[in-house]
Amino acid sequence: MGITRRSFLRRAAVVLAGVAAAGAGWSYLKGLAQSANEAPDQAASLPSAPVQQRTPQPHHWAFVVDTTKCIGCGKCVAACKEENNVPEDPHFNRTWVERYVIDEQGEAYVDSPDAGVHGFESWPVNSKYQNIQVVKSFFVSKLCNQCENPPCVQVCPVGATYKTEDGVILVNRSRCIGCRYCIQACPYGARFLDPNLRVADKCTWCYHRISKGMDPACVEVCPVGARMFGDPADPDSAVAKALRENRISVLKPNLGTRPQVFYIGLDQEVR
Amino acid sequence: MDKVKNGPREQLERVVLGPLVRTGKGYRLLVGGLVLVVLWALFAYSTQLRDGLIVTGMRDRILWGFYIILFVFFIGISHAGTLISAILRVVKAQWRTPVTRMAEFITVVALSVGGLMPMLDLGRPDRIPNLVLFGRWQSPILWDVLSISTYLTGSIIYLYLPLIPDLAICRDRLGNEVPGWKRWFFRVASVGWQGTARQKKLLSIALASMMVLIIPVAVSVHTVVSWIFAMTLREPWNSTVFGAYFVAGAIFSGIAAIILVMAVLRRAFHLEAYITHKHFINLGYMLGGFTLIMMYFNVSEYVVTGYKMAGETSFHFVQLMVREYAPFFWLYTIGGMVLPGLIILFPKTRTFTGVLVAAGLVLVGMWMERFIIVVAGLRVPLMPYDPSWYVPTWVEWSIMAGAFAMFGLVIAVFSKLFPVISIWEVAEQYEEHEVKEAPALGRSLPATGSLRMEPTSEPPAEGADHGPGGTR
Repeated sequence: MGITRRSFLRRAAVVLAGVAAAGAGWSYLKGLAQSANEAPDQAASLPSAPVQQRTPQPHHWAFVVDTTKCIGCGKCVAACKEENNVPEDPHFNRTWVERYVIDEQGEAYVDSPDAGVHGFESWPVNSKYQNIQVVKSFFVSKLCNQCENPPCVQVCPVGATYKTEDGVILVNRSRCIGCRYCIQACPYGARFLDPNLRVADKCTWCYHRISKGMDPACVEVCPVGARMFGDPADPDSAVAKALRENRISVLKPNLGTRPQVFYIGLDQEVR
Repeated sequence: MDKVKNGPREQLERVVLGPLVRTGKGYRLLVGGLVLVVLWALFAYSTQLRDGLIVTGMRDRILWGFYIILFVFFIGISHAGTLISAILRVVKAQWRTPVTRMAEFITVVALSVGGLMPMLDLGRPDRIPNLVLFGRWQSPILWDVLSISTYLTGSIIYLYLPLIPDLAICRDRLGNEVPGWKRWFFRVASVGWQGTARQKKLLSIALASMMVLIIPVAVSVHTVVSWIFAMTLREPWNSTVFGAYFVAGAIFSGIAAIILVMAVLRRAFHLEAYITHKHFINLGYMLGGFTLIMMYFNVSEYVVTGYKMAGETSFHFVQLMVREYAPFFWLYTIGGMVLPGLIILFPKTRTFTGVLVAAGLVLVGMWMERFIIVVAGLRVPLMPYDPSWYVPTWVEWSIMAGAFAMFGLVIAVFSKLFPVISIWEVAEQYEEHEVKEAPALGRSLPATGSLRMEPTSEPPAEGADHGPGGTR
């Protein structure tokens, strides 16, 4: 009984053929995935800039939000949607504006109607919060914090979300499998699943603009200069000046994510 | 096990092999119904493929729902099988013999169904190969892919090894009674088993290694599943005990699943002589033990968070205890742990029916537990807005129904291809008793001694932890 040499050889041949077939299937899949990467990428639907213009300079970008200046006009949200093809549906936003209302008891009421894209004029505070005595009220705009220790990059199973050399977190839309784990991992609610492409999406600080020396769209349109962008290493930049001259803080510093969006005048109620 | 020509052995073969030959009307109806449900679920999924995850109730705040709940639920049930059968084998619990095969079936089927669930949860299921092509080990999702595929492979091997002698029995006994393809299947699948001494030795070595290897794999699987939650910056999941909690919960729900599936198969295939009430009672004891472990975990978790009432955890604590998710939470704690525990505790209720009721309660409770962990956990707002809601759509309900139907369907199909009771192991044990019986030793018999009882006979409900009545 047992296995004769002949039957062993025959079975070994079958196993080898199976392995070879699996290998062929593998390389076929690999080819598929690579061609998917080469497929036209909506993220790169930017004016095709010459490569040398997009040099990843040894920058380390930073973003400053001056909450004392923000007037809640929502122009930044609208500009972002237009610039980055963000769905019009108010559930999907790369940036948004929150309104904080603090009453006499110190209770905070927070809202962000349609992400603030239409401003807050038609949304009077008291229509939503009846009978409260407003003590103070302010706007805080939010966007991806481009963390130094990004939890979203850590959990991505396929490396679709990654950090560039100049410190911006991007999503490779042609690789993302839409598992939404990064959306769940982000403590700032900065990510969403693009309903059309079905992949994760988020603020890129308008990477296509900043890598050509321009400001992000939201910074460009802000009428009051509440949003600033630049390289803190450049002492003349608005960002460097703002960081130098103000007391700043970041969101949820206890999580150790080291956000690169810095806030001026952040109230304790802001999370 | 070769040439025992006595009654019980042949009767055993007749009963266990019967379903492989004959197919009743009820079976066809059942399978037809299950196929319809699965087809409906496929239709529901096709709408999701067409329109995207927007057809589900999942949104960017509460972004996991039924699919992930079912994933955890089915992976949990899968622990029934291999782990329990391996543990029982390792500790040489004699009564396990007629139970292990079904337990191992459940493992393989539940793992397959459970493993499918996260794939349904993807926005781009067409890119699943990316997990292999571009997988990164930093991501807990990859840990899951690795541990679940390892566990599935291991469980299939662990199911298959003790099947070999039985498949050989099928090959030898079921001649022209079965169609040609089945004969071919039995011949190929039994890999030339002749029951020689060398083959037996090899099989026992293989089984002994597998049953030891599979235990750490099984434990790792549910630990890793818990880490999918615990590794993220979400306050309600920020718990180092999560791994152990999930493993215990998995085994807990697994035992309940075995009890129910066993009861169905026993009834359907008339296995009352081999799977006795005692088996249910013994599994009931295991279930009862685990209610204590689960209660302990819950007490440690909620006493600590409830005492501190810090930040976001206090929101979670309140929504579970008294607010929105209180019905789910109390259904889980009272219905899924305390009540089954009491049913097992009292000899009056610790009966066949009682154990079945307890198992059903446990399964419902553990589904609730997963619902609480996933949905209520994600509801704790990260941002200072009003908390959002998760309302599953008809697509998710349909796919959930489809998942359970698929589970039943595969088990039903399996039961027509393989003997649902390990014939050779039961027979072997029977022979051992024959030998032991000869000197008329007064030692208590292992449970399968009831193999020689009439199909209607039952061990007494009380004192069922001893051998079947009469020998003591």
